Amino acid sequence: MTDRTLEDLLRECAPQVLGVLVSRFRQFDLCEDAVQEALLAAATAWPESGIPEEPVGWLVTVARRRLTDLWRSDSARRRREEAVAVDPAGTVDLEAPAIDDSLEMLLLCVHPDLTEASRIALTLRAVGGLTTAEIARAFLVPEATMAQRISRAKATIGAGGGFTLPADVRTERLAAALHVLYLIFNEGYTASAGPGLTRVDLSAEAIRLTRMLHRLLPADGEVAGLLVLMLLTDARRDARTDADGRMIPLAEQDRAGWDHAAIRDATALLERTLARREVGPYQLQAAIAAVHAEAPTDADTDWRQIEILYRLLEECTDNPVVTLNRAVAVGMAYGPERGLEVLDRVAGDRRLARHHRPDAVRAHLLDRLGDHEAAREHFRRAARATLNLAEKRYLEDRARRAGSAATPPPDDDPGT
Amino acid sequence: MKYLLIMQIDPAVLESLTEAQGREIETGHGRFMEEITRTGELIGTQALADPSRSAVVSVRDGATTVTDGPFVEAKEYMGGFYVIDVETPERAYELAAKIPDAGIEGLAVEVRPVVFTAGFGLTEPEES
Repeated sequence: MTDRTLEDLLRECAPQVLGVLVSRFRQFDLCEDAVQEALLAAATAWPESGIPEEPVGWLVTVARRRLTDLWRSDSARRRREEAVAVDPAGTVDLEAPAIDDSLEMLLLCVHPDLTEASRIALTLRAVGGLTTAEIARAFLVPEATMAQRISRAKATIGAGGGFTLPADVRTERLAAALHVLYLIFNEGYTASAGPGLTRVDLSAEAIRLTRMLHRLLPADGEVAGLLVLMLLTDARRDARTDADGRMIPLAEQDRAGWDHAAIRDATALLERTLARREVGPYQLQAAIAAVHAEAPTDADTDWRQIEILYRLLEECTDNPVVTLNRAVAVGMAYGPERGLEVLDRVAGDRRLARHHRPDAVRAHLLDRLGDHEAAREHFRRAARATLNLAEKRYLEDRARRAGSAATPPPDDDPGT
Repeated sequence: MKYLLIMQIDPAVLESLTEAQGREIETGHGRFMEEITRTGELIGTQALADPSRSAVVSVRDGATTVTDGPFVEAKEYMGGFYVIDVETPERAYELAAKIPDAGIEGLAVEVRPVVFTAGFGLTEPEES
């Protein structure tokens, strides 16, 4: 077996093993430490001995033993007493995990007492099975900082770590979990890693976890919607930068470079989903991405359809960035003057203060209107304000070229 | 999101502080570092020597010139910085306000977003 398949197997088992332990012993932090050590033990033992018939059972047994060791240490004595109260006779059958606890694990990791950064870190570690060092590298923070963040998060959950959640809480937690997966995907998609640096591919990890969630909850339209959105966005990955690593906007991408097989699978899933279920924000964003994906050339893009979808999205979210995206679609479908009217309605929104996006949209609309001088000024302002270096270079370039080339519409902003 | 918290200092203001105030600043920084280490928000911090120890290096037509002193003569200088990783700009401002310098007349803490990071042992070169 290759290292790759072993690693994949271990990471698939990780949340299940942790779920089994946490559901019995509650103590998230100790259980998580024990599972990490069991995974390490398996990574050493399995290439020699072969994969056991019940890998999850094997890992649970080893983790359970390790947990006992951890309890023996003085610092954990108090917590051990609490655990004994949960399972006084130690009778729970740990060798035979019957259910897949990955979902419970995910819902636990997005606990409302945690900050967003902690939810992300904990999800990647406890559900994704990544090491602290890998997560630290992915987010460019020192390992000690990430370790501290994770151990604080574990302690927070450990204190209030009930494992069975009431239905209304589950709905909220699931929404929070989708948001965390969405943030992990975007972090991976927009990150600019320097040359020669190894970083975990966060987009691939987000897709893997969202697929898992979709398998567990096949009837949930928003889970499917998020998965489709990720797959369609990821299908354009190779076409969105040139040989020098410069950003190419959607309108100018070589569509032959898109992954059309992935696009077919994703749109088929979206059609199955939309036909049957109540529509939510992720499905709408997926539908917008699908309209782009289905256009053979940029000129074929059905902007009227996109405009309608943004209007629906505006109805179910309170996010001015959605209106900015709609201004672009209106501009493409009905002319730049109409786009500017929509833009003027949100440009003063307090939440967009210091945001580069209103200037970028205005610059694009003014350029199409023929006011190249004003367009140049707004492109420059947007370039100064953006915090993404690739986008800054792109906007500076647009400022130089204002009036001399057809201006492509700015790409949709995820608005996170 | 990473932010640079820049301690803008005026050497004349620092020199005019009482010994007790000076000690309070030191212990304040100690408390601040402890707090943001515990919360997992500290990336790193450095304090800089007096601007009189600065030198400015420039290269023109292949010739290097080294001039003593800071780049711009001013009353206020960057005295040191913290790099933090936080969720929102509001949290960055909240932390900046906890730095003792922020509470002293004539000193201030400037907060600026970071847009690129490498080194500091944050990434490992690819194994080949």
